[in-house]
Amino acid sequence: MLSYFVRRVIAAIPVMLVVALFVFLLLRLSPGDPAAIIAGDMATPEQLARIRAALGLDEPLYIQFFVWLGELLRGDFGTSLISQTPVLTMIHQRLEPTLSLALVSILFTVLISVPLGVIAAWRHGSFIDNFVMSASVVGFSVPVFVIGYLLIQLFAIELRWFPVQGFRSLFDGVGPFVSRIVLPALTLSSIYIALISRMTRASMLEVLDEDYIRTARAKGLGERAVLFRHALRNAAVPILTVIGTGFALMVSGVVVTESVFNIPGLGRLIVDAVLARDYPVIQGLILLTSGLYVVINLLIDLSYAATDPRIRY
Amino acid sequence: MIDPKLLQIDLRKLLGAALLGAGAMAASMPASAQTVNAMMHSGLRVLDPILTTAHITRNHGYMVYDTLLGMDENFRPQPQMADWQVSDDGLTYTFTLREGLEWHDGTPVTAADCVASLQRWGSRDSGGQMLMSHVASLEASDDRTITLTLADQFGYVLELIAKPSSVPAFMMPTRLAETPSDQPIPEQIGSGPFRFVSQEFDPGNRVVYEKFEDYVPRSEPPSWTAGGKVVNVDRVEWLTMPDQQTAVNALNSGDLDFIEQVPIDLLPLLEGSDGVSTGAINPLGYQTMGRMNFLYPPFDDIKVRQAALVALDQEDVLAALIGNPEYYEVCPSFYGCQSPLASDEGTEGFTANGDIERAQALLEEAGYDGTPVVILQPTDVATVSPQPVVAAQALRQAGFNVQLQPMDWQTLVSRRASQQPPSEGGWNLFFTNWIIPEVWNPIVNPMLNGHGREGGFFGWPTDPELDRLRGEFAAAQDDAERERIAGVIQAHALEQVNYIPLGDYRSVSAWSDQLEGLLPGPVPVFWNLTKD
Repeated sequence: MLSYFVRRVIAAIPVMLVVALFVFLLLRLSPGDPAAIIAGDMATPEQLARIRAALGLDEPLYIQFFVWLGELLRGDFGTSLISQTPVLTMIHQRLEPTLSLALVSILFTVLISVPLGVIAAWRHGSFIDNFVMSASVVGFSVPVFVIGYLLIQLFAIELRWFPVQGFRSLFDGVGPFVSRIVLPALTLSSIYIALISRMTRASMLEVLDEDYIRTARAKGLGERAVLFRHALRNAAVPILTVIGTGFALMVSGVVVTESVFNIPGLGRLIVDAVLARDYPVIQGLILLTSGLYVVINLLIDLSYAATDPRIRY
Repeated sequence: MIDPKLLQIDLRKLLGAALLGAGAMAASMPASAQTVNAMMHSGLRVLDPILTTAHITRNHGYMVYDTLLGMDENFRPQPQMADWQVSDDGLTYTFTLREGLEWHDGTPVTAADCVASLQRWGSRDSGGQMLMSHVASLEASDDRTITLTLADQFGYVLELIAKPSSVPAFMMPTRLAETPSDQPIPEQIGSGPFRFVSQEFDPGNRVVYEKFEDYVPRSEPPSWTAGGKVVNVDRVEWLTMPDQQTAVNALNSGDLDFIEQVPIDLLPLLEGSDGVSTGAINPLGYQTMGRMNFLYPPFDDIKVRQAALVALDQEDVLAALIGNPEYYEVCPSFYGCQSPLASDEGTEGFTANGDIERAQALLEEAGYDGTPVVILQPTDVATVSPQPVVAAQALRQAGFNVQLQPMDWQTLVSRRASQQPPSEGGWNLFFTNWIIPEVWNPIVNPMLNGHGREGGFFGWPTDPELDRLRGEFAAAQDDAERERIAGVIQAHALEQVNYIPLGDYRSVSAWSDQLEGLLPGPVPVFWNLTKD
């Protein structure tokens, strides 16, 4: 297991290098100029050229790349061209809201979708099954921002149970944190609840026809033990894969939910950085996201061994 | 043993002292110890108010920094940090700093700081550059006296030092003002009414200002950027909300106190709300306009430019842009219709109503050969998206071969700097908006400049006559003469089609009724405000 882990970590290094090179070239070859953002709309061409030179953007591309790579190897992600704030500081400021939102959303997803999928499979063809399947179609068909606005209208504006927007850190108190995270987490998790409940149902249906389930029932085990100890553990591999990649997708794709609920997270940071052509911030965020995908895929692979004793590394 | 009577007296004294103490504490706290939460028109990212022309950074500048002079609602320069005197020959200006001015780090404001600040501003801002080109010397005569000596007659010294936008002459300590003007200053230390809280700054998301307790406001009533800047709240937080609907919900629910710009189509959601008011706090508003590239065909031909000018209908553009006629007006003046220099000089023949037949005749007269007109069309900024679409339709009707090229605004601002031919990454026509104080006279209006490829604004017209007239305007010593020359410049610029003015519009703000004392003006300011 340890040698597998080390091999996977070493294999990630060339992946990250390719990502770094690709992102760097993609940004430099696309139109746009951060100097124009800094100088503002009324700047003259001469003023733009002076700012470009001051930022080092008039250097040859390979020099800019190796300067950035050298900084990265020293653990320095650089400084925002626009706000002059260190990229790591900006990421640090925005990491907590996004991770909180993604973690609470994945918690809601697992707590709601897995039992729903198991029950739907258990009562295959019943009203509950049809209801869960129909609701899941709605869940992944309705755009996230529409669900967000509907939840705000109902629970924040009409019933006034929750605030309409904003984020509070868990360190500011559990109450303020929970009151502001529930609606965005429900919004973000809606599509994953729909997806994973269907996945769980399908996997469970395959497993429930297996001989060992019949054997378990014949032994006199209760239905709960049959479903959750025997069937679900065997159906878990594809579910875990979707939950893991779903978490990575949540972290990298929360921008709509963050915008609707005004959560200052990484999604908004990357959109702002792209619109402002803030190269160091975009590069830092994409490297971070790529690293996150590598780590999550590794964790998913390791979790297979934990749930399925037949898998060994 | 303690005498119960003494204990009784002691307790009464104690209670009295406690009440007195509480009263004293209450009296020493500001009348409204409050935080104002505001959503501004854009997130703040660039902090140096001299480096950039971005309006959000200018607004930040007015929080943290102060200016030697302010401008009042009659467009007149007024003392702010300093009073002034002018010598009889009009060549020497002496500014005297008022007493008690301090930087946010506690050090006193000196004349040397202000000289360094004026020099940095003068090397960066186009108005400042014009002023410095007339300056023979600028020096600190003593700790509180700044002496500016002109090399020749220049009648716009005070107006430029007091100008409210887009790069006002903000004062900063010498160590910051010595930063090259193409590099950002390393910290935010001003002498303005608010302190910047750097630890809580989250670029593009949240900016926090605290009242600067040692700020000494002037005694005059506030008027635009002049007069007393009395701060009645403890903190102001600028929050950025990328979704306007969320901002409207936040104002309705009390999470926000102020929205600087509400999209017109969302106004009905606020107009019926209890406890929320809406209105235009910037009475001057904006000018929307189109600028052609003079370097390449077809707009290197004056007849073709005139054809485009008469083809466009301001009403169509404004209706598409704003929709509600309450917030826009047709205006042919280059200086905006609410400014002192507004006039209809030279506008005869400029219909502003879209005269397609006349445009067709002018194109025929010019011998237009169907050269494509590349229009840059930003798709991500609501206030500049409709103009290219409406213009393209009108120009096509007039007989132009139009290529509308969609892109995001930031791509546009870098592409418009290209002096390449339109077929090689250049352009022929783009549209933008200015707040009126950025165009309200020929000195500050960046388009009214005939320097061509070297030093001109994007589009680069070469027009020595325009530069000569601008010089005359700068040397004029009285208002009547200025008005006359501004009219001549407008007539000349319209004939040359220096740019296409497409009308004036106002943005609408919304605020909680808990706020009182919002000041109208060209810049949103947070002094004079109280919050219940």
